[in-house]
Amino acid sequence: MTSRYTFGGDEHVFVEVSEEMSLEAFFTTLSMTNAVRDAKIDGVTEICPANASFQIKFDPDVIHPDALMDRLKSMEATAAKQEPKLTTRIIEIPVYYQDPWTHETLMRFRERHQDPDATDIEYAARINGYDSVDAFIAAHSGAPWFVSMVGFVSGLPFLYQMVERERQIQVPKYLRPRTDTPKLTVGYGGCFSCIYSVRGAGGYQMFGVTPMPIYDPEQKTGYLKDFMVFFKPGDIVKWKPIDRAEYDRCLAAVEANTYAPRIREVVFSLDEFNADINGTNARLEEALYAD
Amino acid sequence: MPINVITSGFATTIQDLGRPGYYHLGIPMGGAMDRFALRCANMLVGNDEGAAGLECVFMGPELEFTQDCTFAVTGGDLPPKLDGEVLESWTAIPVKAGQKLSFDYLRSGARAYIAFSGGIDTPLDLGSRSTYPIGALGGIDGRAVQPGDTLPLGAADGKAKTGAHIPEKLRRMPARETELRVLPGLYWHRITEASGARFFEETWKVASEADRMGYRFKGGTPLEFVDREPPFGAGSDPSNITDACYPYGSVQVPSGTEPIILHRDAVSGGGYFMIGTVISADMDLIGQLQPNVPTRFVKVDMDTALSARRDRAKALDAVRAHLA
Repeated sequence: MTSRYTFGGDEHVFVEVSEEMSLEAFFTTLSMTNAVRDAKIDGVTEICPANASFQIKFDPDVIHPDALMDRLKSMEATAAKQEPKLTTRIIEIPVYYQDPWTHETLMRFRERHQDPDATDIEYAARINGYDSVDAFIAAHSGAPWFVSMVGFVSGLPFLYQMVERERQIQVPKYLRPRTDTPKLTVGYGGCFSCIYSVRGAGGYQMFGVTPMPIYDPEQKTGYLKDFMVFFKPGDIVKWKPIDRAEYDRCLAAVEANTYAPRIREVVFSLDEFNADINGTNARLEEALYAD
Repeated sequence: MPINVITSGFATTIQDLGRPGYYHLGIPMGGAMDRFALRCANMLVGNDEGAAGLECVFMGPELEFTQDCTFAVTGGDLPPKLDGEVLESWTAIPVKAGQKLSFDYLRSGARAYIAFSGGIDTPLDLGSRSTYPIGALGGIDGRAVQPGDTLPLGAADGKAKTGAHIPEKLRRMPARETELRVLPGLYWHRITEASGARFFEETWKVASEADRMGYRFKGGTPLEFVDREPPFGAGSDPSNITDACYPYGSVQVPSGTEPIILHRDAVSGGGYFMIGTVISADMDLIGQLQPNVPTRFVKVDMDTALSARRDRAKALDAVRAHLA
């Protein structure tokens, strides 16, 4: 994997680790951006990792763009040798699939969709070869997901499905983006799932909604007291399908500020994962539900 | 003693120089679109250059002062009226409690900045008062200014010099036919050479979708892509990439049709390719473009970008020296 380096104007270096998405590309991105952070280079002001690429913002009055570019290139070989392993957390996120709110929204934007006669999840199930929406939900919530990028808007996670590539769900985005998406919609575009942290425009297919806030600028939510954004790259997510009654219970707990997400610390090794995907996922799930 | 907002104009927001440091979480730097104009307004009233003021788009608010202070209006030509009398922009103007500030119609540019001595003193969110409505940060409850709001002012340090003025030759506004300098890069290789050349030859126009997040342009020929096998994760449209970071000022062209330049409230990333980035020296100008303004993109190299950046710093130094 050889990275491609390019400038984003006179204030950004953009590094494409790989054109295509893979966990290998994500781990290289993570070790590169960690190395840049540790190097504390004068003039570097922002370090933004993405799925298979990253971006460094800098002040060209402090460091010449070419000098920074050379410095970054010199770090690639060492970063590539880093063991793709990290101590992270696995989080259970409840999802009310086919909820009435995303349903109402998707019906309003049918003319912007590839298949106006089906719902988003019916369309996604069909084009991915599933017999039923239930079978599709079982697949979407069956294996864990890797948070490979946080961004677009306020703390929105992009999630990558931890299964063999041939089993990965792929769905095109809407033909034209919607002007509205309910807050906390669980969406899908390309090979990524996402959670819309705030209400707003969006182009991803809408499958359901989670009652669990992931962005709180007022920092009143108990588990967001220390920081307003919940996710960070490297987090692992397990979706838990819930029904309306469970959704309402979770929401009441969120409103009473007693909702506590199920979170456990785990160690993830990419080599171990590649050697035994199902075994690794089973071990992750075991850690999540051990107690 | 605050300033009372009687009418709020159109998308008037509290802005300072922004909150860098959170772009990796999808929270953009925000802050004044025309940073030069905000700095000038603050200098005129004796504030720190990064104090919070009002950014007004196309039209001004109507405000009532409940304390004596000094204000200045810079940026787009939106003439201030104090108790109905038209006064000069780019000038420090003293006001008494009870006086009302309103505005004449916009003569040129798109955004005017109002600074008050002491600066607007709303709470800081992540180190800044800049309003970012999508993330409900800054401003008043994270939103644009509304009628009935009150704007608290900080303590003025008495450095405001009544009558201080920044002459036209020290200001910087876009020409009637604007040129924005672009450093090609990022995913430039995705379009054909002929298409890339044509992008810089044609005259584009600012589209109606032009706001703090980004400016869209229309009227040019759709781009021609180099053929490829879509990479896994990118999506099937030739303009798709595996979702990546978006630099401030980057020029993305969804489906190859209408370029969008991301600005201070940029989305931090997404799945559209970008053909280059507007240089830092020209970012302020974008905030002064009205819809339908003819715009040409001018291809430059890094040396030109850096020298333009130095010129910008000198222009600001010249204002500082003039007011010292």
